[in-house]
Amino acid sequence: MSDLSPVTSGEDAQDPSDEADSSGDAPVGEPVIRVKAMTMGWGDFILQREATFTVNRGDVFVLLGGSGCGKSTLLQHLIGLQTPLAGSVEIAGLGERGPERWGEPRFRVGPPPFGVMFQSGALFGSMTVGQNLSLPLERWTDLPPDAIASLVRGRLGLVGLREFEHHYPSEISGGMKKRAAIARALALEPDLLFLDEPSAGLDPVSAVELDDLILTLNRQFGLTVVLVTHELESIFKIATRCAFLDKDSQSIIARGDPRQLRDESTDPRVRAFFNRLPRSVAEEARA
Amino acid sequence: MLRLRGSLRFADAHRVWSEFRAAALPPPSGGVVFDLSEVERLDGGVAALIVELQSAISCGDGTPVDLRGASADVAEILTLYGCQLGCERTPPAPVPLLTQIGAAAAEVLDEARGGLEFLGAVIVAWFSGLRRPATLSWSQIWPVLERAGADGLPIVMMFGFLVGFIMAFQGAVQLEQFGASIFVADLVGLTITRELGPLMTAIVVCGRSGAAFAAELGTMKVSEEIDALKTLGFDPLRHLVIPRILALVIALPVLTLVADVMGLVGGLLVGLFSLDLTPMAYIHETQGALELWDVTSGLLKSLAFALAIGGISCQQGLATTGGAAGVGRRTTTAVVSILFSLILIDAGFAVAFNALGV
Ligand SMILES: Nc1ncnc2c1ncn2[C@@H]1O[C@H](COP(=O)(O)OP(=O)(O)OP(=O)(O)O)[C@@H](O)[C@H]1O
Ligand SMILES: [Mg+2]
Repeated sequence: MSDLSPVTSGEDAQDPSDEADSSGDAPVGEPVIRVKAMTMGWGDFILQREATFTVNRGDVFVLLGGSGCGKSTLLQHLIGLQTPLAGSVEIAGLGERGPERWGEPRFRVGPPPFGVMFQSGALFGSMTVGQNLSLPLERWTDLPPDAIASLVRGRLGLVGLREFEHHYPSEISGGMKKRAAIARALALEPDLLFLDEPSAGLDPVSAVELDDLILTLNRQFGLTVVLVTHELESIFKIATRCAFLDKDSQSIIARGDPRQLRDESTDPRVRAFFNRLPRSVAEEARA
Repeated sequence: MLRLRGSLRFADAHRVWSEFRAAALPPPSGGVVFDLSEVERLDGGVAALIVELQSAISCGDGTPVDLRGASADVAEILTLYGCQLGCERTPPAPVPLLTQIGAAAAEVLDEARGGLEFLGAVIVAWFSGLRRPATLSWSQIWPVLERAGADGLPIVMMFGFLVGFIMAFQGAVQLEQFGASIFVADLVGLTITRELGPLMTAIVVCGRSGAAFAAELGTMKVSEEIDALKTLGFDPLRHLVIPRILALVIALPVLTLVADVMGLVGGLLVGLFSLDLTPMAYIHETQGALELWDVTSGLLKSLAFALAIGGISCQQGLATTGGAAGVGRRTTTAVVSILFSLILIDAGFAVAFNALGV
């Protein structure tokens, strides 16, 4: 990994203020993402009302909640692909969201400020796995082609896909697509990473390896990670903080250290989640 | 009182549903009782139907429905399908006609605004891209040029040839009556270069590339590839849309020129074999009839056609939502709107050329 870290881009270097903000040397703990009283949804259909939380540098921040409660949608808001109905999202180095969305590259100069892995992987179907990874490198770095090629092979090796460099996404399995997408999200060595259910569909061994990878990146390189996952083991192992989204009350019902929440939370919904109880038991407990 | 007995399987679902509906709807006063005491086995499908029927009866006017005598197993399956939840669904209120009309009108306005916004964004992206050419993905032009241009050459050639051929035949029948068969060359030359060459080529390219662009971008949109592209720092307009439009702007005039030539060849063949004209006479007549402007005006039109095909297909593709069905819908809309705009543009040029007297 360490030989990969000097990936910097030409455009980044031209903009010293951006550089200072996004470098990994900043002290751990300063806020990277601030969500203030954000309401999200579509028209009358509200998913979350006035959600407020911060993600600090060096966090592994997990978004939790039942299926369909809006975790993927929240990620879309964080990366600026959707605009909140009310409130604001702020990312260090990008400033507070104005009327334009900074998720749209045309409102931004320089390379993308974060890496994203979508729930579906979203690999480009018309390119091979290798080309998927080299695309951002060709655009945002001035590395010669052979350096890019070895970088791509290195990244693919990291997720165990070295032999599949020349396969098209339609020729690899669902779990492999996820891994390739993670490698692509890491391509530009971002220091903020968004992952939507990275380990869903992976076998237990790959899932554990992925957890270890995230931990290494987080500890060694100070990578801040925001991820959605349902794997309790992985949550307790890697998460430093979490936010628990609830669909019915359209709000975040708990946040903090997941281990602490498991042991101390009095909210039956949170307890049910961490102790794998069916919903009916949680409802009885509440009644 | 309705009594069920024996083992109820999914295969019996149709019978259970129709017989029970007939017996229980409209509900008799005093309520309905389902007696399940003799049911040995119940599977999920039938359970779901019984639960549905129960709520259909009691949601109507609050007629009490009693399910009694179910064994523990049967009761568990019924609970699984939400039997105890009771009546909580309210049927959706019918949408009044006026609201429907209003919604449809709003949708049309929304579409128009989306199209205008797209047009503005593309223009801005193009000019800011010109100022910083590195931000435009020039290399994306080549593959598109190959698919939309080179690969389309055979069909465009055949189209051009056949159009010239047919025109000459139709014209020959009329003109021969006046002994003016040599004027077939004028007829074919002028109509092909000014009108049919550009239009026919544009229609072929609309069917081949317009549909392809819309479907391709639409699929990328619904599979989150467009979002992924943005998070990697690529503006879809500069990376996908502008290269496609540029490729068409290059390819369509060239294809049109090829179609023009093939059309003239088609006319020439009819002249030679059916009208007994000599090649020299035919070519000489064509040369006399055609001015440079006839060809360039056609090419000018094909430029406008290229912008329309590229712009509309990409706009529709990027506006896609709603999975595979959405891609199909947008592709259809793209092709229809392109054809419509081709005719409009053609008419616009006709009026403008006429007014300018050229
Ligand atoms: N474009 C849209 N328009 C309207 N509603 C939408 C749209 N996209 C998603 N939704 C709704 O928003 C809700 C949240 O969706 P989202 O994908 O964020 O869920 P999630 O928490 O990520 O679930 P999962 O864990 O299953 O991935 C769902 O109920 C879905 O129906
Ligand atoms: Mg999701």
